[in-house]
Amino acid sequence: LRGEQPRRPEVKAFRRISTTVALAVLAFLATLGLEGCMSPPKDLHMALDQPSGAGVYRVALLPPAKAPAINQMHSGNVKLATPDGTPVHGATFAVDGGIPGHHHHPPPLSVHGATFAVDGGMPQHGHGLPTQPRVTRELADGTCQLDGMKLSMTGWWEVKLAIVGPQGADKVTFNTIDFNPPAGQ
Amino acid sequence: MKIMKSTPASTRRFAKLMVALAAAAVTAVAAQTPTKNSMRDKWSAQDIATLGAMRLTQAGPRPPDASNAHEQRADAAAFGRALFNDTRLSKNGQVACASCHSADLQFQDGKPVGQGVGTGKRRTMPVMGAAQSPFLFWDGRKDSLWSQALGPMEDAAEHGGNRARFASLVLMHYQDPYRAVFGNRPALGKLPQDASPGGTEAERSAWAAPPAGSRDAVNRVFANMGKAIAAFERNISYGASRFDKYAQATVAGDARGQEVLAPQEVRGLRVFLTQGQCVTCHNGPMLTDHAFHNTGVPPTDRVKPDQGRADGVAKLLQDEFNCLGRYSDAKPEQCGELQFLASNDAGQLAAFRTPSLRNVAQRAPYMHAGQFATLGQVVRHYATSPKAALGHSELAQPGEKHADRQTIRLSPAEVLDLTAFLGALTGPVVQEK
Repeated sequence: LRGEQPRRPEVKAFRRISTTVALAVLAFLATLGLEGCMSPPKDLHMALDQPSGAGVYRVALLPPAKAPAINQMHSGNVKLATPDGTPVHGATFAVDGGIPGHHHHPPPLSVHGATFAVDGGMPQHGHGLPTQPRVTRELADGTCQLDGMKLSMTGWWEVKLAIVGPQGADKVTFNTIDFNPPAGQ
Repeated sequence: MKIMKSTPASTRRFAKLMVALAAAAVTAVAAQTPTKNSMRDKWSAQDIATLGAMRLTQAGPRPPDASNAHEQRADAAAFGRALFNDTRLSKNGQVACASCHSADLQFQDGKPVGQGVGTGKRRTMPVMGAAQSPFLFWDGRKDSLWSQALGPMEDAAEHGGNRARFASLVLMHYQDPYRAVFGNRPALGKLPQDASPGGTEAERSAWAAPPAGSRDAVNRVFANMGKAIAAFERNISYGASRFDKYAQATVAGDARGQEVLAPQEVRGLRVFLTQGQCVTCHNGPMLTDHAFHNTGVPPTDRVKPDQGRADGVAKLLQDEFNCLGRYSDAKPEQCGELQFLASNDAGQLAAFRTPSLRNVAQRAPYMHAGQFATLGQVVRHYATSPKAALGHSELAQPGEKHADRQTIRLSPAEVLDLTAFLGALTGPVVQEK
């Protein structure tokens, strides 16, 4: 399959891949302002550039320059570096969204001839991402493009990335609060 | 002369500036003072933002469907209207799209499950709002309006027909409109009268007989039927409800405008946004998140419960009429929903599409198989939050420790208030000519 089919430029980038980074994006949401229902914790850590849990990597989630509307498909970037800031080059990423409350380990997903490993823990409850985002290409300096993101309502979203690379496996969690109105304005 | 001219000009500019400042001051007063002081119903800034996002006006223009190059053409819509009402497009000559999607009945049928040439398994969904949804049917097994329109044609319980018969019929009876919209008719070749890859056993084996070119031509005509019907359907939409007027008044700080809702309806709206947790999924201008959820709605067949989205995803990926298929007019990169489809997710088991709540009081019975006869029963279902018969309900069951979702608890009065509020979501059905 991989050798015979014509490849897109983005897929060619995966040929050089020496690192495997499995990103599992698990999102669940809660609505702000629902007195007692789903307010996010007051001490929510909001940094979008932070060391991974065990300090193996430094990971940055770079949202699009213009904040996406609710239910608008959008792209962002993920920047992966070692703790001293050296970009981790040639990584492949697999991204998965899931409905929290259900432990599932889907099989590796083959897309456009590149094999994507899928990994990740599950938040206890709530909603998963409405889409299954994935990294479609590697940009310069260890930055990869994350496509197919969509948030189905305003509020608190949690994005968890499980990373497997040459330096080892690690995880990182980003919190993001989306206030934007629905698409179509 | 120059000086003479410039002086009045600068005076005018100054006057304009003053008018602008005065207008801004008036706007600020209008937006803030009544909100804080004289509004009948007081809402937090976050609530006002949520209500603002739920106004129908926020839906904006209907998004174009890249997979249907003909959807905005008036001649395609006129052709589609004729097909929508044509009972010849059925096995017994008595069923048209309009049979179950009646203009007199909110473009649905008011029955627990669809009744075509046979009895279906799911509740008929209204046409309004369909053009805004990325996925169609309760299980989202279709990803466009035109592709959706093809499904019932070959469903044994609905039109009960097959694409070979319908393609021939359309080319015979609609020669001119077909050519006007889609160009010259393709040569169907020598075809069995009844043939389809998804019909009865006889139809399936007949489908294998003609050459691939004939099958492709049939599929092309069949797809074009759907594209014409979609062009008609996309002009059927929801109009503004009393809730929209209320939300607009609340956002604008219009105290009198809030009177459009009765106090009980406003109490119901507060329940909707707070402990009822309705807004978790019924949000945005269409009052739906366009996603799929298992909320423990009891299946009608407990022996073989409906698998909902889990089956829908598999069907969508295999569908030759999906956005990435050869009969779609979209470029692959325009098929984001399909390219980034969430699949392989245990939460999709027995999950169903969140329906719009617009005009909901006008279309009992409720849920994916008409399980509940009244909105009161629907609300009490959520207040009870039973365990799912299949899969796992996303609702927190009573007594369950939940990380980020509380059990829905509603008093009998709150059930009544919430039900009353749902009645305020009714507006006209708008049909563009």
